[in-house]
Amino acid sequence: MSDHGPSSLKHGERHNGDVNPRRKFVGQRVTRLEDPPLVTGRGTYVGNLNFPHQLHMRVVRSTYANAIIRSIDTSAALAHPGCRGVWTGADVADIPPITFRPTSIQGLEPYRQYILARDRVRYVGEPIAVVFADDPYVAEDIADLVTMDGEALPVILSADTAPGEFAPGLSTEALVLRKNFGDIESALSSAFKVVEVDVQVGRHSGVPMENRGALARIDHSRDVLECYGQGKRPHAHRDAVATLIGRSPASMHFYEGHIGGGFGVRGEIYPEDVLTCLAAQRFDRPVKWVEDRRENLLACNHSREQRHVVRGAFDKDGRLLGIDAKLWHDQGAYVRTHGARVPDMAMGTLIGAYHVPSYRTVGYVRMTNKTPAATYRSPGRFESTYACERLMDAAAEQFGLSRIEIRRRNLIPKEAYPYARAMEILDHAVELDSGDFAGLLEKTLVDIRWDELQAQVAARRAKGELVGVGMGFFMEKGGLGPVDGAKVTVDTKGKVQVITGASSIGQGVETVMAQIAADALGVEYRDVKVIHGRTDVLEYGIGSHASRATVMTGGATRMAALNVRRKALEFASRHLVEAPVEMLDIVDGQVVRIDRPGEPGIPIGKVAAALAPSPATVEFGNPGLTAEGWFETAGMTHPYGIHTALVKVDPDTGETKVERFHVAYDIGCAINPMLVEGQIVGGVAQGLGGALFEEFVYDERGEPLSVTFADYLMPTANEMPPVDVLLTEDAPSPNNALGMKGAGEAGITGVGAAIAAAIDDAIGIPNAITRLPVTPQRLKALLKQRGAVPA
Amino acid sequence: MKAGSFEWHPARSADEAVALLAEYAPQDGRVIAGGQSLVPSMALRLAFPSHLIDINGVEEFSRVRVEGGDLVIGACVRHAAFHAPVEPGPLGRLLTQVVHNIAHYPIRQRGTFCGSLANADPASEWCLVAATLGARMVARSVRGERVIEASEWFQGIMTTALEEDELLAEVRLPLLPAGSRAGFYEFSRRAGDYALAMALVAWRDDGGTMREVRIGTGSVEVQPRRITVAEALLEGRVASPDAIAAAAAAVSADVDPLEDIHTTADYRRDLVGTAVRRAYAQAGD
Amino acid sequence: MASKMAITLNVNGTEHEIRVEPRKTLSDALRGECGLTGTNVGCEHGVCGACTVLMDGAPVRSCLMFAVQAQGRELRTVEGLAASSKDGGKLHALQQAFIDNHALQCGFCTSGFLMLAAGTLEQQPDIDDESLREVLSSNLCRCTGYQNILRAVRQVRDAGQGGAR
Repeated sequence: MSDHGPSSLKHGERHNGDVNPRRKFVGQRVTRLEDPPLVTGRGTYVGNLNFPHQLHMRVVRSTYANAIIRSIDTSAALAHPGCRGVWTGADVADIPPITFRPTSIQGLEPYRQYILARDRVRYVGEPIAVVFADDPYVAEDIADLVTMDGEALPVILSADTAPGEFAPGLSTEALVLRKNFGDIESALSSAFKVVEVDVQVGRHSGVPMENRGALARIDHSRDVLECYGQGKRPHAHRDAVATLIGRSPASMHFYEGHIGGGFGVRGEIYPEDVLTCLAAQRFDRPVKWVEDRRENLLACNHSREQRHVVRGAFDKDGRLLGIDAKLWHDQGAYVRTHGARVPDMAMGTLIGAYHVPSYRTVGYVRMTNKTPAATYRSPGRFESTYACERLMDAAAEQFGLSRIEIRRRNLIPKEAYPYARAMEILDHAVELDSGDFAGLLEKTLVDIRWDELQAQVAARRAKGELVGVGMGFFMEKGGLGPVDGAKVTVDTKGKVQVITGASSIGQGVETVMAQIAADALGVEYRDVKVIHGRTDVLEYGIGSHASRATVMTGGATRMAALNVRRKALEFASRHLVEAPVEMLDIVDGQVVRIDRPGEPGIPIGKVAAALAPSPATVEFGNPGLTAEGWFETAGMTHPYGIHTALVKVDPDTGETKVERFHVAYDIGCAINPMLVEGQIVGGVAQGLGGALFEEFVYDERGEPLSVTFADYLMPTANEMPPVDVLLTEDAPSPNNALGMKGAGEAGITGVGAAIAAAIDDAIGIPNAITRLPVTPQRLKALLKQRGAVPA
Repeated sequence: MKAGSFEWHPARSADEAVALLAEYAPQDGRVIAGGQSLVPSMALRLAFPSHLIDINGVEEFSRVRVEGGDLVIGACVRHAAFHAPVEPGPLGRLLTQVVHNIAHYPIRQRGTFCGSLANADPASEWCLVAATLGARMVARSVRGERVIEASEWFQGIMTTALEEDELLAEVRLPLLPAGSRAGFYEFSRRAGDYALAMALVAWRDDGGTMREVRIGTGSVEVQPRRITVAEALLEGRVASPDAIAAAAAAVSADVDPLEDIHTTADYRRDLVGTAVRRAYAQAGD
Repeated sequence: MASKMAITLNVNGTEHEIRVEPRKTLSDALRGECGLTGTNVGCEHGVCGACTVLMDGAPVRSCLMFAVQAQGRELRTVEGLAASSKDGGKLHALQQAFIDNHALQCGFCTSGFLMLAAGTLEQQPDIDDESLREVLSSNLCRCTGYQNILRAVRQVRDAGQGGAR
């Protein structure tokens, strides 16, 4: 990768300094390039792929929540005529535990998971063996024949009770994280009021509609181990899995195909992915593994379970002097790929959109006998936004201010951006790049017709209905850097191929990249084909997570497309058109002279053909109408938004019905507003799940009770309210040329906060809601306990 | 999540079905009709039948008819058959109202009324209907046919009076007399979920006075049942809000609710009272 | 293990002669033996609806039936919605409406929603909004929040194109 982007487009360039301001597709609601195969049943989800002579792998999972393994009996399984192999921990003793991403946080190594349990199991669902057969039905029959004899140990099921022993001499308190700035002690001692909340978020997770799966084989023509079905961070995870199974990264490639939803949980490095690749290598046969839904709910990453105790020190006007926050993070049984990313992020983002002069936070990261937890869409921020907004609502009550006024007094003013905080998140210094939160609040109040809404609510309350409105303000983060690359090539038919290192997990990355490339290059977006999630065609790639694909990969795609454009124009100027390069442009796929409108141009396919290897093109530079582009950024982007919920509570059943939901979001620059709105509405649905319906529940023995879709309740069309979205572009990011900030998480971040506030408002009990999800059973009990309904 | 192995025996007639059942029931054989409860439990490997006697091809089981004051529902009549009233009277209307609460549209295309009765899930809407309205279950085997009253049919959670070699050939639901009113209400977490409590009420309106009052509850106890102490409070009374509230309170006091990790007995006790009141409100509409 | 049975499945007007164990679900047989992988499997216990197909015109969960039970029935899957490529490949009105209204993201639930909607609109071309919402609440989607799915199906209903390509 030699071509670097034009130096004028480096980090720090303002959006209005764009050298190529053309916006034919960027900003348009164009339909998706992804859709035609998906609506006609031509998806390439891993379950749809097969190789001849493949083996099917089935995982045998622990039924103990915490136990010493005395023995695992595989004899009956091995005696089954269809059995092609059984492995236990002893068979994979040479494979080290699964690594996590590089981090400056120390001390997590002992808490990593082996691909198969060795002498101990720590959650129900932990892989203890794998069996192999020619047919998935038979594999399941054989797996049922493997039995484990264990010595049960006491279970630890909560993070806020006393830590126990993870292993001899090792505490279940894996880590205590701290972040501080300013003088919190003097803020607390000089405060007019100190307001405290103690709130919890329940365990829930992404739960994509497609279960996890992997298909691996060795292609002996290239001596490459191919693995299909991974989507999130193909390059990094390829490197990690290759290292674990003892291959060189260059001899292993990932191909993601279609992925049935990501949400942070899909595509992490799970034991099963490593086992599938290892099995393909050891058996020298293709090996396929597709989990079932019960396994998915038991073994795919959980998330979110945290308790926060937050104290806010306020002056006499209700302005924050400081926040002192503790959190207890339920990490589950092992530390997975993300390390301590979730609590770190929660602690770093808890103070959100507010000007907080001093901040002290402690996070207790503790291991429990439950499924390992990790990132889920808006990791740490769904939780921290909920905690911080509960504090602001409590402060409003104690100061006798409206819930809006208390926030107005504390929002970071527009002029203060870029706004630095003297702490780090994920080893990055915090600098909020741009924002106008007060402006977004005013636009929100207009858009939701606040006064009218308040009047309607008052009138309905007068008739005895328990209706209420709540808001959640949030500061998101996206565009995590530092660098991403892309390669753009025009073929001789004028079709454009963009090779990116992003993952397509359903979010529309192909369309968005095509829109960006089409405008930068000067072609129709439907002529752009976007390749993603393949390690064999691009050396590096960041994948798709943390709302970064549009910003980072989009930035790189734009650079590469601009480089191709420049190359096409320079070559045309020298060899094809008698005109200086400044007089040329590419419009609708044709190289044209600016000074001669209407004159036929040269199709870029012809330029590409002319650039075929020849002495002239070698002399020109390098053959082919192709170029790479790199995008680098030092800072994250910080989009922000406001969620508003209108709810009605049924005092007899305890049910909360969400009647309307509104999301106001400043995205900096929306490449495709239709797709952004799609991301947001989908995020709201997931947020409502976590706020009202979804929870992984365990009994007192550590037995998971939410292992089918009849027990883990995700919202259906019937539970979804109408969602209105107000997208603004008032604070474009200065960190990239288009001002983009990222779209993946905005729909979910503030839902818990807004729903909790709306329910408080509906039942007329300030700060009543301290625990999510708010189930009818819990709300009814609360209403009775507070005397709001007859006991 | 794949079922264990079994032998499949499609029956073409009722006689063939009971003959197959007589042969295979002792070898872990089971009847499959709609399969909308059985197949998931096989997929989850909670059920391992070695033989399935498939009665979907038995023509006579697909019929629903009115006979001798009863609505007679054959073994393979799908839930979806009740999407429109199957008879013009109040029973037909009630069943149409109830059916929309049963699982989801595609499940209702396949699942059967009699299958629900045979499965006897405490949260089954049809079981509540049968218990409250006094259905009679017709059990057939190679030994002959017998009729089982609703009061005898339910024997606890997912347990019925059906013998191993017997097939539930049809259910006879007494038609509601002219002038009857009936209402149903259930509360569930989401549309289509198993209810946390449900109630069915029915009575004959005798010039404003309630006669032949029936109040049944489901999803509350181990099996659906009539709450006779509450019925007695309304028998011969005018349907006033106070009277209904008193009956609802009597239901709450009388039930012995199931509990689980989410749901306390106290919650269910409250909820069933609400369900009774709302079922009356439904009937009044 | 029970021995395999030879059966014939009629899917989208084509007869598939296959051999399956009785325990093989219809969804697995469609995907494996018939090669029709457009029908996705999301839960295998009848809740998510990703595997919804039409049997004799009615939407059913293909994971809650055994393939042997579908002999002699007329099955339709997502692969049969659009016109065949030799007939121009024109999309069914629902497929086009899903694209136009951004009613899909990852696409995994899409086949099931399309078949559910197609079967419903064929049975009830004038279905009202509330009933339509009730029917569409049969299937789960984790990406879209349903709003655009409802919009797409209503658009097709309003245009009277429930059965149209």
